[in-house]
Amino acid sequence: MPPIADTVLIILLLTNFFILGTASMRAMIRVVALQGILLSLLPIFVESHATLRLVALVFATAALKGLVIPSLLFKAVRDVHINHEIEPYLGFIPSLFLCATGTAAALLFADQLPLAAAHKSSLFVPASLATLLAGFLVLTTRRKAISQVAGYLMLENGIYVFGLLLYQSMVVEVGVLLDLLVGIFVMGIVLNHIQREFSSLDTEHLSRLRE
Amino acid sequence: MVIVLVIVPLVAALLAFMVPSDRVRPWIVAVTGAAHTAAAVAVVSLGFRLTNISPWLELDALGSLGIVLVSIVFLVCAVYSIGYLRIRSERPNRVFCTVLLVFLSMTSLLMLSQHLTVMWVAMEATTLATALLLYFNQNQRSLEATWKYLMVGSVGIALALLGTLFLAYSALIGLGEPTLLFSDLVRRAPGLSAPWLRTAFVFLLVGYGAKMGLAPLHTWKPDAYGEAPGVVGALLAGGMTTCAFITLLRVYRVADAGGQGDFARSLLIALGLLSMATASVFMVGQRDFKRLLAYSSVEHMGILVLGIGIGGPGIFAALLHTVNNALVKGVLFLSAGNIHRAFKSKRLEDVTGAIRRLPISGSLFLVGFLAITGAPPFGPFVSELLILTAAIDAQRYVVAALYLIFLAVIFIGMGSTVLAVVQGEPPEDPDGKTYRESPMKVVPMIVSLVLVLIMGIWIPGPVTSLLEAAAKLLGV
Repeated sequence: MPPIADTVLIILLLTNFFILGTASMRAMIRVVALQGILLSLLPIFVESHATLRLVALVFATAALKGLVIPSLLFKAVRDVHINHEIEPYLGFIPSLFLCATGTAAALLFADQLPLAAAHKSSLFVPASLATLLAGFLVLTTRRKAISQVAGYLMLENGIYVFGLLLYQSMVVEVGVLLDLLVGIFVMGIVLNHIQREFSSLDTEHLSRLRE
Repeated sequence: MVIVLVIVPLVAALLAFMVPSDRVRPWIVAVTGAAHTAAAVAVVSLGFRLTNISPWLELDALGSLGIVLVSIVFLVCAVYSIGYLRIRSERPNRVFCTVLLVFLSMTSLLMLSQHLTVMWVAMEATTLATALLLYFNQNQRSLEATWKYLMVGSVGIALALLGTLFLAYSALIGLGEPTLLFSDLVRRAPGLSAPWLRTAFVFLLVGYGAKMGLAPLHTWKPDAYGEAPGVVGALLAGGMTTCAFITLLRVYRVADAGGQGDFARSLLIALGLLSMATASVFMVGQRDFKRLLAYSSVEHMGILVLGIGIGGPGIFAALLHTVNNALVKGVLFLSAGNIHRAFKSKRLEDVTGAIRRLPISGSLFLVGFLAITGAPPFGPFVSELLILTAAIDAQRYVVAALYLIFLAVIFIGMGSTVLAVVQGEPPEDPDGKTYRESPMKVVPMIVSLVLVLIMGIWIPGPVTSLLEAAAKLLGV
């Protein structure tokens, strides 16, 4: 695994912090798009031959995670005329602190797990787990439906990173892509309905069903 | 041949989507359901080794049990929905009927799948299909329930995917190739990398556990079951949770074969008891009888994994309880749906005297409550007792004591709500229009209840041998 892959993964880890630290919805979506582009670079480092499959994977990832889905989210932000603040349940400083703790825990935990010889000394496993945790954090502590979708995307990104370690078995990416496509598609429809019913995308409105 | 069980419902779904009439469509669903049940019973009784098409799709004992059970639950719900959709004729049912059939197809695929990725795709498809079913009423409350369901469900399914990848990695390190075929994994399990196998099991347990509705990832359940039409609740509580449980059992089988059985079982016991505890807290004093049923479902999912966690004879008991639970949930959710319709409310403040207003549904709701809480002579009595004796045999006295305490608390809590619903005088009906219990909406429940009664008095021979074969797969 060339060190350049680790550089990409470190940038990925930094973007997690940025997403948790920003108060602007647009900036958040832009960084999620950046994550998508970063992910699309990673397959190049696990496969040395320029096969058709590799090229297709790189372009599909960049197009979907870097372009299509972020622009759908941008469209949602434009359409609902909500204010573009993130409005977290949990403040930015505690969020960043939790993200740092999560990243450290991911590094420690990944250190305990054995790796295949080809994957030694690479950050794939900790970066995957840390991104997953950061996504979970965004999902649970941000109020608006759009930021929750962004959190879910980060969660997916974390899984994608790990999936690359299993590059030789095709089924893995089929699963990841399907999940991404369908999940976001359906969430998109529901987003649309939430907006129509409540004229807002604040999930605070979704709190009638309580004990 | 066995793939027919997947393809026919899909073709029927396409047909239902194209048929223009809202009255014909529910019949397509019901007829397909009946054909599916007949075919499933035929395939299973002909022997499940007969019909392999590829190593990826094969009907083992566990899948046979699941496919017949889900098919029966589906048929019950499909017949009921003919009556239900007739009174909801103001709402187009094209999507509803199509999605019901897709659900049937995907659950069949799930039961057939012998490959973790196929199984995961089937579970994902079922999740998405049920999200559309939940949204049938298209109001703010059902939207909220759907959103929460999608969020928790998607996170669960994402974690399950990561767990699947971990398992593949465990195979990559231990066996040199990332196989995800169950037959391979079980056969070569001792070679799997233990730390990765344990991590994989935790992620898969949390992921598929969220689909089952095990605490603490049960939060979608009260909202979803509370807002969905009764028939969707019955399908989720009897069908989808059964699917998720079967996937979990398959994963458990790999973990057990890989020498992580004790680790897996202790986690299952912990989650089982936690789910029962959570359910008992929220069931006492519950004012909403549909949410009550949701917590009852959390409880019984807890009982299922508890039975597996105890191991030995507990595995057979848990499988038996899967059958009983799915059938009783049909009775409970469908009768609750009728009561909800008739009173236009599901809160105790507005609903009393259900037996007076709806003699059949009201009585069935009461009898369903007695059955699910383990009163003889119904099926759950037998399975719940077997789990208790399994715990005592295994000398897990603390587990047995907690299990009994939770069952007792839940019996009292659930009982007070159910009795408040069925007893007393019904309030005046402002519209003066009484809700009629048409045969279509009553017969499916009675059939379900009779099956539960049979399971309690005398379990038919073929069912016993199927349960034993499935338990044997899980290492008894």
